[in-house]
Amino acid sequence: MAHSEETVVTVLPPDKERIKKLWTVAAILGIITLIEFGVAFGIPHEMKNLRVWTFILMTIVKAAYIVGEFMHLRHEAKVLIWSILIPMVFVVWMLVAFVYEGMAIADVR
Amino acid sequence: MNVSYGKLMMWFFLLSDAFTFSALLITYGLVRSAHPAYDGSVENFIFSQAYWPIPEKVFEAVPFFHGLNAPLVFVGIMTFVLIMSSVTMVLAVEAGQRMDRRAVEKWMLWTILGGITFLSCQAWEWAHFIHGSDAGSLLADGSKIFGASLSINQYGPPDFAAFFFFITGFHGFHVFSGVLLNFLIFYNTVTGVYERRGHYEMVEKVGLYWHFVDLVWVFVFTFFYLV
Repeated sequence: MAHSEETVVTVLPPDKERIKKLWTVAAILGIITLIEFGVAFGIPHEMKNLRVWTFILMTIVKAAYIVGEFMHLRHEAKVLIWSILIPMVFVVWMLVAFVYEGMAIADVR
Repeated sequence: MNVSYGKLMMWFFLLSDAFTFSALLITYGLVRSAHPAYDGSVENFIFSQAYWPIPEKVFEAVPFFHGLNAPLVFVGIMTFVLIMSSVTMVLAVEAGQRMDRRAVEKWMLWTILGGITFLSCQAWEWAHFIHGSDAGSLLADGSKIFGASLSINQYGPPDFAAFFFFITGFHGFHVFSGVLLNFLIFYNTVTGVYERRGHYEMVEKVGLYWHFVDLVWVFVFTFFYLV
């Protein structure tokens, strides 16, 4: 009779500090996206390199915030951080190699 | 190393998924840089099979505003929706860590709503892309084509449409499965599965997947719509 399925759950109050930080990150992501729009229509298409590199830089910043704060990777164990980041080196290598290859193909055509 | 088995495996799955998306985007980079770029002035741009189109000239339509020239506005709204659903997801994770069932339910519902909104937007975007603009595109033999399929494409080289369908389609499929997983988590929360289990780690694991989907969109947005 004394046995009961009910478990007592203690609900903790919201962590105001952390929630505020999450909204800050969201605001930063939104602002960077707005700046990307500014660049898309502000910097003329003739300055192609400047456009492309600004976009790439801002994308990396956004990705860092999403992975670091939203996915919490920045606060995980060092081993986990490195085992995710180091394999990405191969992706960068592959990207550079293939885009370079593509430009070479364009020259031959 | 202070990370649970389940979360660790989710991270490694996402790493392998990142490789898949990288392969798609890198192939896109290869094919795009192998095509000639448009080098005239932006005002005089017309669609042609001879060069790669300027993305803002392709993606300039908004639903309910037929004929309005609003470059990248709709895709900007889609990006905003996905970022917001990422925020509500991380708020659900935070609520789960405090064992606050009501808050988890609330934030999971918002996240699911965001996911469905994004998918609906994408459905419209695809429909518009397939049907094409009013003007269409003039071919060398004098015939006109409208919209895009896997074989013809009014906007530029056929490869452009093929990559659009493949990359945004593969991402959309991830969003779709993410919505299903989010719904499963929501259902388990409502029925008290995690409360009885004593922790909400499943919310964190599915949360990782959902943020990854947002992350991929950040890259797709840059390399397909902006560059």
